[in-house]
Amino acid sequence: MTNEAENVTAYNFAYLDEQTKRMIRRAILKGLAIPGYQVPFASREMPMPYGWGTGGVQVSAATLTPEDCFKVIDQGADDTTNAVSIRKFFEKTAGVATTEETAKATVIQTRHRIPEERLTEDQVLVYQVPIPEPLRFLEPRETETRKMHSLEEYGLMHVKLYEDVAQHGAIATAYAYPVKVEGRYVMDPSPIPKFDNPKLEMDAIQLFGAGREQRIYALPPHSKVVSLDFEDHPFEASKADHACDLCGAEDSYLDEVITDDAGGRMFVCSDTDYCRSRRAAGHVGAQGAPYEEGVA
Amino acid sequence: MYVAVKGGERAIDNAHAWLADERRGDRGVAELSVAQIREQLSLAVNRVMAEGSLYDPDLAALAIKQSRGDLIEAIFLIRAYRTTLPRFGASKPIETGEMACDRRISATFKDAPGGQVLGPTFDYTHRLLDFKLAADGEVPEAPEGTPQGGDVPHITGYLNREGLIQDEPESDEVPPDLTREPMELPAGRPLRLQSLTRGDEGFVLGMAYSTQRGYARNHAFVGELRIGAVAVEMDIPELGFAIEIGEITVTECETVNQFKGSKTEPPQFTRGYGLVFGQTERKAISMALVDRALRWKELGEDDQGAPAQDEEFVLMHSDNIQATGFLEHIKLPHYVDFQSELELVRKLRREVEAARSSVLSDGLAPGEAAE
Repeated sequence: MTNEAENVTAYNFAYLDEQTKRMIRRAILKGLAIPGYQVPFASREMPMPYGWGTGGVQVSAATLTPEDCFKVIDQGADDTTNAVSIRKFFEKTAGVATTEETAKATVIQTRHRIPEERLTEDQVLVYQVPIPEPLRFLEPRETETRKMHSLEEYGLMHVKLYEDVAQHGAIATAYAYPVKVEGRYVMDPSPIPKFDNPKLEMDAIQLFGAGREQRIYALPPHSKVVSLDFEDHPFEASKADHACDLCGAEDSYLDEVITDDAGGRMFVCSDTDYCRSRRAAGHVGAQGAPYEEGVA
Repeated sequence: MYVAVKGGERAIDNAHAWLADERRGDRGVAELSVAQIREQLSLAVNRVMAEGSLYDPDLAALAIKQSRGDLIEAIFLIRAYRTTLPRFGASKPIETGEMACDRRISATFKDAPGGQVLGPTFDYTHRLLDFKLAADGEVPEAPEGTPQGGDVPHITGYLNREGLIQDEPESDEVPPDLTREPMELPAGRPLRLQSLTRGDEGFVLGMAYSTQRGYARNHAFVGELRIGAVAVEMDIPELGFAIEIGEITVTECETVNQFKGSKTEPPQFTRGYGLVFGQTERKAISMALVDRALRWKELGEDDQGAPAQDEEFVLMHSDNIQATGFLEHIKLPHYVDFQSELELVRKLRREVEAARSSVLSDGLAPGEAAE
């Protein structure tokens, strides 16, 4: 697919110039040193729109080395259009190897999901973040929310969660569910479903990039990450109460797919690589056909 | 299904091919050249240069052609290109007092040294569609006069001599660079002006208009509006002196704003300032009004809670590349989040229904059951 000689002449490795990458790496290191703290960085205009993952792309660009193997997922899937587009971007500008297999990747860029397969110490997970500020929809002013973080003033968030319980009987946040990192910073885990929140405590490095909002933050391996809740209303990682109709998995996050206009639907793993590998290993769900190599 | 079907890559390639075909349009109609766009759609080119923050009419014209005339898309192309350019250094501040003015008007004085020069303006055209243009675009040459030559002094300078207008203290402080450092608030005036000059014309216009209609009204007169070419000079360390590296056309607007005084300032006139690449006077005037509205704190005025006085509101929402990106990203797949919302709404509905049916079977009033 890629022609390395052409890449070298057309772009710097991974598109960004070395000075910019150095600036981003400094922000990443600061983020790792202060888990959950949002580090301002001089985000660049990328050749894809803000909102399409420019933060994640800049963090990936500053993280990738020529030896890396890169995977991109959007909604858990490798073949959603924007995941394809970002993977192609780095194939073209960095010439790195790419893969769809979670275990083979050294750097994984994601939007809205954490892979089902447990990540290892040798991997880096890069999140695309739209609004990095967990307090933003309670207080629209950045000048105020920065103050609230520095004073560790999170009462507003607890009041919001309490009001949910009072009005609905449960905390009515289903994704981008706020967490507290290492007992200090309240952090937005990006719009992952709350099903993924327990996986935020992991062996891999997690980096979060928000391009438009010019923020980078990070979770070093094994950071303590607690989803906010109350003793009598404990956090619950929920998913559709089904098994995957293709691979039969009962432990994976499911997408609901409408199959006809008479209310017919099926549930399938959102993590396409997880589903594929299970089917390759012989698991078959209620509506699944036996696995054949090369067939989706 | 547009979701995770295999073949996303082929779909993207085909979409791009179709897009290129649509851009070209009917092959029976001659293709537009970049030079035609540069020469005949020059105000569009100016807007793309201004909001793209790159003074290059040829590239701006190319971007307009490539974007099928979608100016925000063209601005985006220019911005993305601009970020990749190396920085050689910074120019010296341009001297707009030495501008070769194509247009120079003042609304505050009937006449002033240097005179009023209307220049190529739509101002007094009657907005009647010119059907002749549809048939034949030839126009006779415009009559030519002799350029006045010499510097054209700023009109606000005359007021300044009397001490009637608030002074702008000079400063040698290096202004921050919006494109190289993250925006930190509160922002100083240099940063605000940088942000406004590349801000979306429509947004800045709307903000300025809101001040005229009473949301932090600041009684602006156009003290002076001038459009013309200025020299750009740069210090060359190897030479030890500054040389002229080129010429750019800019629009400069200085407003004179009535001011009754505040706790800290005596009654005097105050200023708003707009400076924009190219002939872009709507934007420059808008910028000056918004600049003035944002200066309420330093002038000791009251915060009226108006949007145009709110620095964070204005600066964080004026960039159309940021705005359009975030706005349009909601068309990307969000089905994972939507699925989690579906589960939640279903769960909440089940609970409401369960509560309702237990109310009915127990014969309790709804209010009691809610406890």
